[in-house]
Amino acid sequence: MIDNHILAPIFVQLFTAIIQLMFWRKTLTQRYLSVGGSLVGLMVAFRLFGRVKESGILTLNAANWDAPFGIVFVADLLSVTLVLLTSIACFAVSIFSSVGLSRQRMLYGYFPIFHFLIMGLHGAFLTGDIFNLYVYFEVIIISSFVLMTLGGRKAQLEGAVKYMAMNILASMFFLTGIGILYGITGSLNMADLSIRIQEVQNKALIGITSCFFIIGFGIKSAVFPLYYWLPSSYHTPPSAVAATFGGLLTKVGIYAMLRVFSLIFVPDEFTRTLLMVIAVLTILTGAFGALIKTNIRRLFSYLIVCHIGFMVGGIAMFSKIALMGAVFYLIHDIMVKTNMFLIAGLIRQLGGTMDMGKLGGLYRDYPKISLLIAIVLFSLVGIPPLSGFWPKIFLFQEAFAQHQYFYVAALIIGSFVTLYVIAKMWSEVFWKNPPTEEEIDNRFAPMPPYKKILMVLPIALLALVTLYIGLNAEAIVKVADTISTQLIDPSAYIDAVLGNKTD
Amino acid sequence: MELLLVLILGLLYAAGVYLILRRSMVKLLLGIILWGNGANILIFVLGKITKGSPPVIDGAYKVFQDVYADPIPQALILTAIVISFGLTSFAIVLLKRVYALVDSDDLDDLNTPEEEDI
Amino acid sequence: MKSAILQTATRYLLPILLLFSFFLLLRGHYYPGGGFVGGLVASIAFVLHSFANGTENTMKILRYKPLSLIPIGLAVSAVSVTFPLLLGFPPMTGLWFEEPIPVIGMIGSALFFDLGVYLVVIGVVLTILFTIALND
Repeated sequence: MIDNHILAPIFVQLFTAIIQLMFWRKTLTQRYLSVGGSLVGLMVAFRLFGRVKESGILTLNAANWDAPFGIVFVADLLSVTLVLLTSIACFAVSIFSSVGLSRQRMLYGYFPIFHFLIMGLHGAFLTGDIFNLYVYFEVIIISSFVLMTLGGRKAQLEGAVKYMAMNILASMFFLTGIGILYGITGSLNMADLSIRIQEVQNKALIGITSCFFIIGFGIKSAVFPLYYWLPSSYHTPPSAVAATFGGLLTKVGIYAMLRVFSLIFVPDEFTRTLLMVIAVLTILTGAFGALIKTNIRRLFSYLIVCHIGFMVGGIAMFSKIALMGAVFYLIHDIMVKTNMFLIAGLIRQLGGTMDMGKLGGLYRDYPKISLLIAIVLFSLVGIPPLSGFWPKIFLFQEAFAQHQYFYVAALIIGSFVTLYVIAKMWSEVFWKNPPTEEEIDNRFAPMPPYKKILMVLPIALLALVTLYIGLNAEAIVKVADTISTQLIDPSAYIDAVLGNKTD
Repeated sequence: MELLLVLILGLLYAAGVYLILRRSMVKLLLGIILWGNGANILIFVLGKITKGSPPVIDGAYKVFQDVYADPIPQALILTAIVISFGLTSFAIVLLKRVYALVDSDDLDDLNTPEEEDI
Repeated sequence: MKSAILQTATRYLLPILLLFSFFLLLRGHYYPGGGFVGGLVASIAFVLHSFANGTENTMKILRYKPLSLIPIGLAVSAVSVTFPLLLGFPPMTGLWFEEPIPVIGMIGSALFFDLGVYLVVIGVVLTILFTIALND
């Protein structure tokens, strides 16, 4: 079904950014515009989600060119779910950054760039053309470079060099892969590619091409041998930026893997084994890295890597239940990881540092905020009935059914290490008495009340969404079920894109 | 012609990889640029080169009269060039700032412990 | 770098290059050219001027900061992309006036998109160059 309005989330972000650029250096106006624009974007995303859930896959042929020739935008349930989650995260982060960011960074244009980044994310989720996906990836990484370096000090700029080098490298792999894919098939439309790739005789060539995509997306989503740029750069930017990066950017890599490996390169035995090995090693290295870190944000960075492995494992098993688990975990992870970095920012405001050894006594001083944070931490760990618990059931179930015992072991180790490090963090930061010899630099207490509310509100909002995902898991499972059905059998997607030719 | 281009693109990729593996930041940047140009030539070669017939329709006709070059690789390359232009200029500014702060061109020197900052 | 030859040449080259960039912008829809190339040629004209006369003088003849061109250009492009939506077409559909206009030729939404790109390219290139040049 053709719907000319599925690009609305992109345009809302684009126009928000442009209007903010016109108010260059007027940071107060930019803050209002940012929160307002994110709210409008959230409503548009809700409407789009409702429409797609009701009437199935929607498409749009840009510039009125018919499907395999022009650029096509496709809104299937996976896309719109991610657009909706991105919009929620964008709303929360934009509220948080309106009080949690130094004025100097806002003067350098933080808000417009942030909205360009969100626009790129929406575009990457909605496009149905593989080269267009590359273009949106570039929009994302260029914006993220600027956010990474904005008003930066030494450590931040050093992190940015590593981040930049690895991400440009990932783009080059992706571009090379696209070039070869176009040479083999002569098409760039993902639905069209899905049909044409089956007619290619030279299967080895396709296998090699798929490796380019694995490497490209692997760097972006930070999987095992390619992840080291993430822990060495994500702890440097301001917390609001780190929240966007940690919650959303690595997940774009996972989304791209889901899309490309379900539509174009349906995983064969070799790819599955490769992805499974990567997944297991990613979980283990991420978990062991998290064990030894004492800085909260470095700890969270390693937890991102660890939990990416869960999802890659789901893709590696490539069955309906495994994909359900992976998609559900993706939904849960975006909300929780965004919130974790916002919480790290709040803890920094409360205790003046992010080093666990120097923190303490937050539960005694701020019991309500601590309980709110506890909800998020429990969801991350996956205490039943909270959101992290449900996807793991599916992953375990399918791993046992396919006899992937290494993955089962890695899942268990990963989950226990998460539990251990979060419990350690809880007792260090919240229960332990604060170290007496050091002066605590509390920046939260002197803030005016409205700023305090604006700082806690986004965390509460995301925690509420997490609670909803956990307690109303049935609804999410239904969504994940539809998504995984569409991923396993892409004929609905292909029909929606190419079927328009005959009308 | 194709053989020449294939050799050149292989050379560009190889030189790019070699430079990226060096420790210097400037060489990293040069490597990325060479690799990007290699990728562009790769797309160009894979689009089946047709000599002397650009995909521009003569004003007198409505459709193409004979074999013409595939316009899509050109559009892709143009987009890729624009993107790499933006990336490269950003990278130059960034590396210049880092060089001014760290006072070293060596990637191994980029390990200042974290400064506390929100 | 002070060179009398370059300075004199630039005085004549700057308007010619700007005119050429505009020519490239206008012929871009059916022939080689377009907003990106036109924008690059225009910014190269200013770069040449800054080589000959120093960056401060170039900033003086520009009067406004090149940064302010970026939102204008983006707005022109974004409006030309979304405008077809109001008439019920998908975004980016080419809409054209029936009659050609003398000198400029056919006018359509693609021309406005290119114009936006032209402005953005000038803004971005000059901003980057001024940032690099003035940091020394």
